[in-house]
Amino acid sequence: MSPKLSDHVVEMVIFVTLFVLVSGMGFAAARWRRPESMHHLDEWGLGGRKFGTWITWFLLGGDLYTAYTFVAVPALVFSTGAMGFFAVPYTILIYPMAFLVLVRMWSVSYKHGYVTPADFVRGRFGSPTLALLVALTGIVATMPYIALQLVGIQAVLKAMGVNGHLPLVVAFIILAVYTYNSGLRAPALIAFVKDTLIYLVIIVAVIVIPYKLGGWDVIFGSAEKALSATNPKTGAPKGSLLLNANNQLQYVTLALGSALALFLYPHSLTSVLAAKNRNTIKRNMSALPAYSFLLGLIALLGYMALAASKDFGVAPIVTDGKADGNTIVPVLFDKLFPDWFAGVAFAAIGIGALVPAAIMSIAAANLFSRNIYKEYINRDATPRQQATASKIASLVVKIGAVAFILFIDPQFAIDLQLIGGVLILQTLPAVALGLYTRWFHPWALISGLVAGLAVGIGMLYQIPNPNNGKLHFGGSAYKLSEFGFDSEKQIYVGFVAVIVNLLVVIIVTAVLRQTSAPAMTDDATSQDDYFVDRATDDAPPPAAAAEPIGLAGP
Amino acid sequence: MTSDPTNPPPSPPPARTRAADASPWNWLLVLPIVIPLLTPLYNRKTPIFLGFPAFYWMQLSFVLIGVAATSIVYQMTKRRD
Repeated sequence: MSPKLSDHVVEMVIFVTLFVLVSGMGFAAARWRRPESMHHLDEWGLGGRKFGTWITWFLLGGDLYTAYTFVAVPALVFSTGAMGFFAVPYTILIYPMAFLVLVRMWSVSYKHGYVTPADFVRGRFGSPTLALLVALTGIVATMPYIALQLVGIQAVLKAMGVNGHLPLVVAFIILAVYTYNSGLRAPALIAFVKDTLIYLVIIVAVIVIPYKLGGWDVIFGSAEKALSATNPKTGAPKGSLLLNANNQLQYVTLALGSALALFLYPHSLTSVLAAKNRNTIKRNMSALPAYSFLLGLIALLGYMALAASKDFGVAPIVTDGKADGNTIVPVLFDKLFPDWFAGVAFAAIGIGALVPAAIMSIAAANLFSRNIYKEYINRDATPRQQATASKIASLVVKIGAVAFILFIDPQFAIDLQLIGGVLILQTLPAVALGLYTRWFHPWALISGLVAGLAVGIGMLYQIPNPNNGKLHFGGSAYKLSEFGFDSEKQIYVGFVAVIVNLLVVIIVTAVLRQTSAPAMTDDATSQDDYFVDRATDDAPPPAAAAEPIGLAGP
Repeated sequence: MTSDPTNPPPSPPPARTRAADASPWNWLLVLPIVIPLLTPLYNRKTPIFLGFPAFYWMQLSFVLIGVAATSIVYQMTKRRD
């Protein structure tokens, strides 16, 4: 019994209306806080580096908490229980952890006109090769993430009985055109609408749905019962309300590893670098946890769906014999909200996909124009040429994302995003630790990065998923017994890979320092650069992005 | 530390023993990083609060620890200039 569009006319009308409205905003955004020229990466790619506390809060919130998060986290709670709640500790510990690190990154980037994390690595370590590897890792990790935003829109469309790819293609063409036109200003402006709608929908959901289902104790009670049912594929219970002896280590390492990875993603840094000064970032580290609380409530929608399965017929939509777990939240909204409000909720998720997709494509495009185009193709590129290269690259990236979903199984995008998180974590020594120390040798960082990538991909390859019969890339939980330990405990792959990476970096650095290898101590930054702040609100950045990012000379 | 020979800084900074953002208040940030990772602390059902098992309401309340720690550190280390 898949949903029919004829039963969802009201929802569809509201969804389309709101979608068209924000698209109009996306185009109008080019005139918002209008710059003298859009033909500069500081303007197109970073909105002029002038966003204050509020805009940054909406932009970062819209950037980090994506539409995919909103459908996938409750879907995970729906299918496994407590494990899916890792998103809460993950998004709590990220902010105190990033508090001091991000202001350093902001200062050094402001001082030197860096636009991407690879720009910083290029300047700090003087190695174009290392910067290229960091840039490529960033692009590869971001691409499937953009594709996943389409999975979020698709889940909503399915719940309204719309199948087929045409609406997705149309949505992404609109997104691509206004991002090309307005740059980072477009998602910054749309984020206001997106986040307001999301907060509204979730606050209503956590009041109305428990009321209809008979209270929170009923929700947790029925969820516990549903999760204790045996999964025929594994012979074990589907999940539980609490962690068990084997998945606690996975829970903790996944939360910690994901938190370490979050601000290494190029799109997170794009939003951070767009802030106008250090205090803007620090204030946001206190204010962004509001979204984490919201995410915790969103996760619990998974239990509401379990509790509503009997009386309201909430179940994942089945297409072509395959149940799509990501549809569980849209179906829950469809069955328990009046049509008009379900339409608002669907629009919130749909628009929620546009904001991160735009920022991610801008971030990936900047990596291309700064660290590949300018470094290897056109060394004398003017700021205007770089901005144009970025704009075109942002279109290519989005076409790639759509092609992914159209021609390749969306499941592949989900697998790649899982891999992407492990990959991006491997840039930690160069990008994050590099902010604190120049002790590492560039060759050691390259060796560590390559070793971490190899270990991470190798481990992910070995993980099967009994639920869908996949033999490889079936998850990120690695059994310690595979290492030869006598234990059924599991650990997050990315965590192991980054430890290997760090060990290699340290050992190779120590060895290179004892040998006659070139010292490679070029460093374009000085210690004070990490504490530079904007003098007044209107002060122009000291360095334009046009400046060479590395050192002069051969 | 080496400096760029082609582009020397205008005036060499005074030698520092500590980074400019070092402060004892920063240690407060350790709390919201470590507490959410201590599963034995919250991996339990009771006490139940408003129908929420401890596992859920406790982790949600950790958000407040994060907000408090970052706010206090921000206020206490603000540059007064």
